[in-house]
Amino acid sequence: MKNLAIQVKGLQKSYKQHQVLKGVNFEVEQGSIFALLGSNGAGKTTAVKILTTLLKPDSGTIKVNGFDVTSNPDHVRQAISLTGQFAAVDEILTGRENLIMIAKLRYLKNPRQVAEDLLKRFGLTEAADRKASTYSGGMRRRLDIALSLVGTPQIVFLDEPTTGLDPEARLEVWKMVKELAAGGTTIFLTTQYLEEAEQLADRIAILHEGRIIANGTLAELKKLFPQAKVEYVEKQPSLEDIFLAIIGKKEAM
Amino acid sequence: METIKKHFFSDLGVMLGRSMRHISRSLDTIITVCITPIAMMLLFVYVFGGAIQTGTENYVNYLLPGILLIAIASGISYTAYRLFLDKQRGIIERFHSMPISRSAVLWGHVLTSVVSNVISVIVIIIVALIMGFRSSSGVLPWLAVAGILVLFTLALTWVAAIAGLTAKSVEGASAFSYPLIFLPFISSAFVPTESMPTVVRVFAENQPVTSIVEAIRALLSGQLVGNDIWVALAWCIGIMVVAYIFAMKAYKKRM
Repeated sequence: MKNLAIQVKGLQKSYKQHQVLKGVNFEVEQGSIFALLGSNGAGKTTAVKILTTLLKPDSGTIKVNGFDVTSNPDHVRQAISLTGQFAAVDEILTGRENLIMIAKLRYLKNPRQVAEDLLKRFGLTEAADRKASTYSGGMRRRLDIALSLVGTPQIVFLDEPTTGLDPEARLEVWKMVKELAAGGTTIFLTTQYLEEAEQLADRIAILHEGRIIANGTLAELKKLFPQAKVEYVEKQPSLEDIFLAIIGKKEAM
Repeated sequence: METIKKHFFSDLGVMLGRSMRHISRSLDTIITVCITPIAMMLLFVYVFGGAIQTGTENYVNYLLPGILLIAIASGISYTAYRLFLDKQRGIIERFHSMPISRSAVLWGHVLTSVVSNVISVIVIIIVALIMGFRSSSGVLPWLAVAGILVLFTLALTWVAAIAGLTAKSVEGASAFSYPLIFLPFISSAFVPTESMPTVVRVFAENQPVTSIVEAIRALLSGQLVGNDIWVALAWCIGIMVVAYIFAMKAYKKRM
């Protein structure tokens, strides 16, 4: 039997009159990367907030790490961490202080050592004693994800982890996500970038107007479309390819 | 199933440490909550003081209680500001998705407010002593003064919590405190109410600041306190309870 990290059955949620989630079902296997894909306003963030115990569902059974999010939120919180849409770091504290604070809140034995290790792992050692408000967008996101990994949670939620990042920083985040998954962590991410889901996810679910309209591996989703025709098209580099090539050259010099 | 042990006081300590760092790194906060009341005290004592007839010889003695209340009222506006930023920047969501005591997040702000206001009150009293403030009161009256000031701080802090949790903008989160800072001016904090026109006087004599100021003044000068202290306590506790209920409601509704 496969082990499920997340089970969602019949999830519904409304804000006043407006129904955001209209019966959402999906499962996430332990140790996999699951991407919830959808346009702005599709209800992705609402789903994440319910899974991370920040919001209560109107109806449905939602289990995270085997625990019900409504009746057993504390057990859920022990197994998860959340990186929200906007980097939720304390800007007035330094990177190191941010990490030590979270380590203390997770009652870890040696907060300073935990902070030191994560700073090193995320390439923030040099900036460790600067206020987070002086960090670039990419550094802030790295710190944000580092904060989420304090105490090595089994399931990591990343809500639009690359929105607002430049291409380089985005690649960095992708690399981190892949490394995490390789270490056995279950990853639940939301994104509006198709390419991101394609690059990272073992399974992709498409959330549209409050329902999951497609769910499967990339190969399975591709089969939903008519057979690919073979056409010869001259491949133009995208602006992103060009940008990254130039930047890469510069750094090599 | 085993229940998860929560560490309210340990979490509270972390939250307190965090907010106190915020204060010590914000020059703006220190200027507003400490330097401005001191400047006001200098202004009233050395510029206006000569023209004000209070019936007491020592105007610093007369003025100090009102200055302390102004300092606390401007201090708590920063509590609203910090709470608002935590909410807006998603850091509360991070805390709430962790297995910590949720109420420790809010109580951390409340405790920070009390600690930081105690510090600014002490600094202002030291400056007042240098300016000639004298009190012959013993330990008990001073403890009573400390108690009233802490209660006043708590009452206003919970008002600030409502503002911080429900505001839509940073301006909104701190603007609510302006009337609070202004209230001491329409009271007996700076001048006796006898000289005011009837309408203003009726307001001044029946608003909370006057009874609190009168109670503190009496305690510090060793006079009979009378009814003022009970009226002052009733105001502080009343405001605190009502504001606490609404603040908790706002806190739980959001999360």
